[in-house]
Amino acid sequence: MTPRRKRLLAVLAIVAGVGLATAVAIKAFDNNLSYFYDPSQVADGKAPGDKSFRIGGMVTQGSVARTPGTLEVHFVLTDFAHSVPVSYTGLLPDLFREGQGIIAHGRLRDGVFVADEVLAKHDEKYTPPEVAKSMKRPGAAEGRT
Amino acid sequence: MIPELGTLALVLALLLATAQAFFGLAGAHRNRESWMAVATPAVAGVWVFVTFAFGILAYSFVVHDFSVQYVAANSNSELPLLYRIAAVWGAHEGSLLLWIELLATWALLVAALSGGLPIAFRARVLGVLGMIGVGFLLFTLLTSSPFARLIPAAQDGADLNPLLQDPALAAHPPMLYMGYVGTSVAFAFAVAAMLSGKLDAAWARWTRPWTVAAWVCLTVGIALGSWWAYYVLGWGGWWFWDPVENASFMPWLATTALIHSLAVTEKRGLFKSWTLLLAVFAFSLSLLGTFLVRSGVLVSVHAFASDPSRGLFILALLLFFIVGSLTLFAIRAPTLRSEGGFELVSRESFLLLNNALLVAAACLILVGELWPLLMDAFDLGKISVGPPYYNMVFLVPMVPLVLLLGVGMHAGWRRALLKSRQRILLTLAGVAAVLGILIALVGYGGPGTPLTIICFATALFIMASALIEPIEQWRRGQTLPRAALGMAIAHFGVGVWMMGVTGVVSYKVEKDVSLAPGESATIGGYTFKYEGSRQVDGPNYEALEAKVVISRGDKLIAELPTQKRTYRVQKNPMTHAGIDVAWNRDLFVALGDDLGGGKWSMRVQYKPLVRYIWLGAVVMAIGGLVAILDKRYRVRRTADEPALAPGAARKTV
Repeated sequence: MTPRRKRLLAVLAIVAGVGLATAVAIKAFDNNLSYFYDPSQVADGKAPGDKSFRIGGMVTQGSVARTPGTLEVHFVLTDFAHSVPVSYTGLLPDLFREGQGIIAHGRLRDGVFVADEVLAKHDEKYTPPEVAKSMKRPGAAEGRT
Repeated sequence: MIPELGTLALVLALLLATAQAFFGLAGAHRNRESWMAVATPAVAGVWVFVTFAFGILAYSFVVHDFSVQYVAANSNSELPLLYRIAAVWGAHEGSLLLWIELLATWALLVAALSGGLPIAFRARVLGVLGMIGVGFLLFTLLTSSPFARLIPAAQDGADLNPLLQDPALAAHPPMLYMGYVGTSVAFAFAVAAMLSGKLDAAWARWTRPWTVAAWVCLTVGIALGSWWAYYVLGWGGWWFWDPVENASFMPWLATTALIHSLAVTEKRGLFKSWTLLLAVFAFSLSLLGTFLVRSGVLVSVHAFASDPSRGLFILALLLFFIVGSLTLFAIRAPTLRSEGGFELVSRESFLLLNNALLVAAACLILVGELWPLLMDAFDLGKISVGPPYYNMVFLVPMVPLVLLLGVGMHAGWRRALLKSRQRILLTLAGVAAVLGILIALVGYGGPGTPLTIICFATALFIMASALIEPIEQWRRGQTLPRAALGMAIAHFGVGVWMMGVTGVVSYKVEKDVSLAPGESATIGGYTFKYEGSRQVDGPNYEALEAKVVISRGDKLIAELPTQKRTYRVQKNPMTHAGIDVAWNRDLFVALGDDLGGGKWSMRVQYKPLVRYIWLGAVVMAIGGLVAILDKRYRVRRTADEPALAPGAARKTV
């Protein structure tokens, strides 16, 4: 092979590789991005009804209710302006408790957010930045009392 | 008074690091030996002062000096001694000090072990390391001093995060940082080569053991983190594609690529610019990792309290090193010509593919890592990139990589002479395929995922293929050079790791159950029976301990205690899982919540082959260690090679 042909081959291989990588990335991206919404956006109907997404907020005091003896649990997430009821079946993370900021992943079904995953961050002082931000929004503060 | 000595020591270290950077680089540039000679004692001085500061912080923890803000925030009078010491790097300020301590240690090792290098080259390497040291010392002193006082002093400390009170996690950050920081040595070698405009086989030979050493630390550090996450954090998961895990994994991929590309540069004088670029890439990813974790832009268990000025500072540092080294690269790379070519089927081609695939994986993970940050920065919505993305962009380059690995190991330089090994490779491939099918269908009773059988077979093939050369040499009564033996061991480790991943991903069983005392749940043929619970007390926590008895048929397998701990100071509940280990599987029980009526929620799991994931990583690391000890890498001074004369120590290959 002449050096020229070899270089051409190398360039073609790189272009093909980059192209393939980009295609894979875009495809994988499309299916696996999940958006974050706060309870107000969900209440305004901005969240998708047919796709899964993440929601973040504070677990309302006194809202956690278990169906006795089962793994099913219901609670309400709030950003102090609006609230969204959530249901979840499974083990809750260690730091899940009322008054704690959490993020849940799942989808809306008849106005209830059915979660397939609940994340609470492992620090009692920690509030996920997204949750903290949505609570600082105008209109969010007056509901604090 | 004592903490102030720590600050003073850091200031002195900063001054010495500045001297190290200036006299190392300027001395080499002007070719003044007296200037260059300053660099080595400066390195020693930096190490002494940084270590002193580090010792003082550790001392403050040991004696419970709660007038130091960092100690008050991360320790408690009830905290056991081991964790008081581990708490030194338990949060932002201290972990930064650890970063600097390890950088100083690497620089000291380079200074001590590179006596045979040309003096100008050595001065440049130390100079670049000095610059990095200056950056991080400034960062610590200006934005995150661990010695800041708390006035009045706290009565008692806020305690270390309970999740960090674990032996594996005490060792995880130092190991990982050792690896992170170790990439700075390869980077310094690369910059020194670009500054001098000379890059030859000797350069690659000097750089290789340092790169492998960093890689070994990264490998062990990541494995420790994964193991810890398995039994503490994830309730049985071993990898989450958490942004911070990725931040450590990307430098690992880049460093792995760099090790392989350095081999080509050493043996064949090819891929020179590419090797330099990879060294820059690996170090940049390490810095990026530090930036992402420390700046608080990532939502993660690892992300410490955020402070915008810190993020900005590291970002500036990151840009300085990346832009600086890339500019240098743009100027100097065209002057570095690779010599000779190679055939399409040759070891060079295999290694080129290896590099392309590893770097592709690193880049795709980087895209997933940065995309949400970009979207957020431009206010396009808050998104997160889930594990399925990462699984996909990891698998797509990795499957061809491991398929090529078993054959590629036996390809010769220039032109592959696979003929001599063709028969044995084909035989082994056949045996591996049959065994793979047997393990899946007979051993685990099903084909698992579409990739399961292919992955089992490939893993077995890689392991067998890695053994061909050592066994051949052993039968001839010869010993393999350590570098080649190390390669064989490391590749064998890749196979072991793959067996573990394939087994656990394909055949794991997880189930969340609610059990009252006396009730049981069955998964994978194992019966988990909840016998009841009792209260137990630890040194700084109280726990509810549940006893779970596991049996298979009539045979008792294990009695596992599993705890739900509540730490007295931080009040955080924490699950302490019960795990029964056997050579071929783990059985895992984690206690959930009190569901009322005497029932508790529990997660029970059957994890086939999961230990092989970490065992594989350990084997890889051992391979790396063996390779570092190769005689070839020892730069010796001999009578006819006056090592300290400028430019004289470059030996022929």
